[in-house]
Amino acid sequence: MSLKLTPNIESPDDFYEVLTDAQRDMTDEEANDMNARLIFVLANQIGNFEDLKQAVAIAK
Amino acid sequence: MLNTYDFPEFDYVQSDEQKSGQTVRHTVVIVGAGPIGLTAALDFAAQGLKVVVLDDNNTVSVGSRAVCYAKRPLEIWDRLGVGERMVEKGINWKLGRVFLRDQEVYTFDLLPEDGHKIPAFINLQQYFLEEYMVEACEQNPLIDLRWKHKVVSLHQFDDYAEMVVETPDGVFTLEADWLLACDGANSDIRRMVGAEFTGQFFQDRFLIADIVMKADFPTERWFWFDPNFHRGQSALLHKQSDDIWRLDFQLGWDADPEVEKRPENIIPRVKAMIGDDVEFELEWASVYQFACRRVDQFRHGRVLFAGDAAHQVSPFGARGANTGVQDIDNLSWKLAAVVRGEAPLALLDTYHAERAFAADDNLLNSTRSTDFITPKNGASKRLRNAVLSLAESNEFARPLVNSGRLSMPTPYLDSALNTADEGAWTGRMNPGTCASDAPVTVNGQSGWLLEQLTGGFVLLALGVDVEPVDAGAFTPKVVSLGKDFEDTEGLVSERYDAADGAVYLIRPDQHIAARWRGFDAESVKAAIAKATAGAIQ
Repeated sequence: MSLKLTPNIESPDDFYEVLTDAQRDMTDEEANDMNARLIFVLANQIGNFEDLKQAVAIAK
Repeated sequence: MLNTYDFPEFDYVQSDEQKSGQTVRHTVVIVGAGPIGLTAALDFAAQGLKVVVLDDNNTVSVGSRAVCYAKRPLEIWDRLGVGERMVEKGINWKLGRVFLRDQEVYTFDLLPEDGHKIPAFINLQQYFLEEYMVEACEQNPLIDLRWKHKVVSLHQFDDYAEMVVETPDGVFTLEADWLLACDGANSDIRRMVGAEFTGQFFQDRFLIADIVMKADFPTERWFWFDPNFHRGQSALLHKQSDDIWRLDFQLGWDADPEVEKRPENIIPRVKAMIGDDVEFELEWASVYQFACRRVDQFRHGRVLFAGDAAHQVSPFGARGANTGVQDIDNLSWKLAAVVRGEAPLALLDTYHAERAFAADDNLLNSTRSTDFITPKNGASKRLRNAVLSLAESNEFARPLVNSGRLSMPTPYLDSALNTADEGAWTGRMNPGTCASDAPVTVNGQSGWLLEQLTGGFVLLALGVDVEPVDAGAFTPKVVSLGKDFEDTEGLVSERYDAADGAVYLIRPDQHIAARWRGFDAESVKAAIAKATAGAIQ
């Protein structure tokens, strides 16, 4: 278990706001498309395959 | 259709055994004279085996069908004396471009390094390939090609198979110590043996069209996701020889194959892709769907399976014929050794172990490409489209774009025939891997390393003195750097991690069996024993 599972996001409320603000005027379809792109942007940052597999398992 | 190629008609000849009614037991019978069966005939004959090839037809493949031939099968064909002609006639290419709508999102180069005799890929119509091999078979006294011979039933005994064969002169019985089924994805032999052939079917249809046109599109593989000329689907454009171009259009599962195959429906699709003003003629078209599946065992008693009869993949990645040819490369030396009584049956069972492993690797790659190109549900499609839209302006997303991972040899890294390395090595030449080519000089003439690694097992000495090793029928030919060839460009040393000296034991199919930093005759013998499933002590 190498994935960080303790709080690690700087300014959680700010981040949450950035995310919801970004999607405020979107349809569900557009927001879902954006979320899909965001997955790949964040996944590239993580990079490590074991970490990514673990992240998928947690989200599922 | 087919204006650019005249199909040869091969003569049916009634065999002596059918005439006389005397049943003959043959050593090896190959069923199917397609690319894999013909390769098998040439390779078995190169091993000194007499072969009979049965085909229910009397011409080559109608339509261009398989188009892309990869480096490794071409190297095998080169060893069999037919590769140079294919490369000469074929179209060399190594660059692929992937587009989303009309924007390029990804480019790949299949052979980023120089110094190989054979190019990364050629495109060539399947009928040329078959024609060249038929000619080579006809010139080979060990090969008996029999057209219009259809196997209608098969019965296996402990040490042979008996077939009833139908020809224009009626039926007759024929026996074989070994039967190799190369009769394609819908193999009758597989059905007669009762072998399982399972896997995944894909609910999608594709229109494949070959057109003749004089156009200045580059010799590259162009693949479009959701192109403006064919919205919501994928499309492919690829050049073959004689100004023939392969076009491929994804149609979706609801398309009616009969309707889509009509020229009046194909022509507008082609015009939308290449432009209204480009003149072309429709040469051949077909609508296909596909499956990814493999046979349970590559050997059922005295019956062996190779090519599509053993494994069927989607066309993305050109993994069908290419992997089938490598089946034969793997099988021929093993079968020859078993037929001659030089090796135990266990060696033949490593054919299944190694090639089923390769087939599974191909199936995995092919299935992944197919899942990317034809997503299974809305969520997969959303992810696929996210990758494509990011790839346009973000480099990081480009490796995720999968329009077909093109056929590369699968290393047999876990094969029981390998001897594990001792010590540290760099580079790609791990045991189980196909030997890499490199430019060399032989007697002052330029040549290629792979041309030296033929005729059975080879002991390749790179900067290490070696002695001949007696291993009976498997005694390796010694090929020494500095004596038998010069490493003019230093690429042998580089590719084989041999700056500090190296000795490689190379199998008859040019795969690495073992390697050492120094020479020890007993270690070499032990490695040969391992690589032949215990044929020598």
